[in-house]
Amino acid sequence: MTLLKVTDLAKTFGPNPVLRGIDLDVEAGERIAILGASGSGKSTLLRCLNFMEMPDSGTVTLDDRVVGRNEKELVKVRQRIGMVFQQFNLFPHMTAIGNVMEGLRTVRRFSKADAHARAEKELARVGLADKAETYPAHLSGGQKQRVAIARALAMDPELLLFDEPTSALDPELVGEVLNVIRALAEEGRTMLLVTHELGFAYHVATRVIFLADGTIHEQGTPDEVLKHPKKERTQVFLARHKEFSL
Amino acid sequence: MKWDFASILDNSDALLVGAAGTVHIFAICLVLGLTLGLVVGLGRYARTPWFHWPATAFVEFFRNTPVLVQILWFYFALPILLPFEISPLAAAALGISLNSAAFSAEIYRGGIQSIEPGQWDGARSLGMSWGEAMRRIILPQALKRMTPALTNRAIEIFKMSTLASAVAYVELLQQGKLIASLNYNPIEAYTAVALIFFVFLWPMVQFTYLLERRLRRSE
Repeated sequence: MTLLKVTDLAKTFGPNPVLRGIDLDVEAGERIAILGASGSGKSTLLRCLNFMEMPDSGTVTLDDRVVGRNEKELVKVRQRIGMVFQQFNLFPHMTAIGNVMEGLRTVRRFSKADAHARAEKELARVGLADKAETYPAHLSGGQKQRVAIARALAMDPELLLFDEPTSALDPELVGEVLNVIRALAEEGRTMLLVTHELGFAYHVATRVIFLADGTIHEQGTPDEVLKHPKKERTQVFLARHKEFSL
Repeated sequence: MKWDFASILDNSDALLVGAAGTVHIFAICLVLGLTLGLVVGLGRYARTPWFHWPATAFVEFFRNTPVLVQILWFYFALPILLPFEISPLAAAALGISLNSAAFSAEIYRGGIQSIEPGQWDGARSLGMSWGEAMRRIILPQALKRMTPALTNRAIEIFKMSTLASAVAYVELLQQGKLIASLNYNPIEAYTAVALIFFVFLWPMVQFTYLLERRLRRSE
């Protein structure tokens, strides 16, 4: 079943075309890793899918319905698509559990008790039940990102977007976040993940997309793209990434 | 030259009435000025033209005309244009409130703009509307940052209340003028008025220092 269908998506910032005609079908249960050099349009593509960025042209179809451009509808769409950011974007004036409850309370109109119960469950899932009453300022980067994941999960999204979720973390904190994401993958959740963690993409993704110059340059199974890339630019990109690996 | 404060004490009733008048107009202008300021500030921040441009025109107009002129205009000119009388309190409160709204609008706008775009991203990604994000995520953080500037505004409003004496609204300065003219004791009368203002404002200012320190600690 195709959950999300992107057709000829384009986005330009000022004079710079960032996305130039992206076509992409996301099947339910798929885990798609998006790779590419910086400036290749990875983050912009992700942000266009839940309309955090307005595409200039092209369509996004969710459940066989083209999603329009009016803000009311987009608010609804964003409720169905969860997003996790590189910089976490936690709300600093709320505790960890307050962050997770916020969408449930304000958007879903849960009662306080229901939202609290649900948020506790989500925090426990990411291993942070004991940090419920802690403010983000007193959490490590890895803990912050896990709270952010719990916050997105609480909304029961049909699709999860991860925008470089580990790029802002100290190396020793990357593992705890990737473990949470892998657990979500094992539950069969549909996700799109922009990442530089090639090893993680190889083991967890069902499909890998390599973006270059705002287009899908190469895509296939992790084995095809990461082990046996056909195109030269993909090969160069991967070689550069592996240059200093052990 | 001998200071004679007995003449002031004899008129302490009049000063008390004046103080009550000052507090009264201050309370009105504080509430009106800061709430209207928030609405105008949101307009200044908004990108929708029908909200942005009237707010901008409002700010420019009231920031670039003197409050005293506005008060006199509301008191003397407005009743000629419109078929109703306006009390000294209403004229003065209108002038001071609108002026404070214009200045505090810029404080609100600056405060809202100072919040990282990531906070909007976080809120919108959960499916919050603009209004929900503003109310739940952006404003609470912005208000905290704006508190020192807003309390400064409050102190300004308290002092601006003396301008109401221009239309003979009964407040501290007006009563001081009255006492001075009746008893020929301007030195004592105006010194007393200044001292009373100091007694009101000094604790207020100390309180704002305390507030700033507490806010800084919770950052």
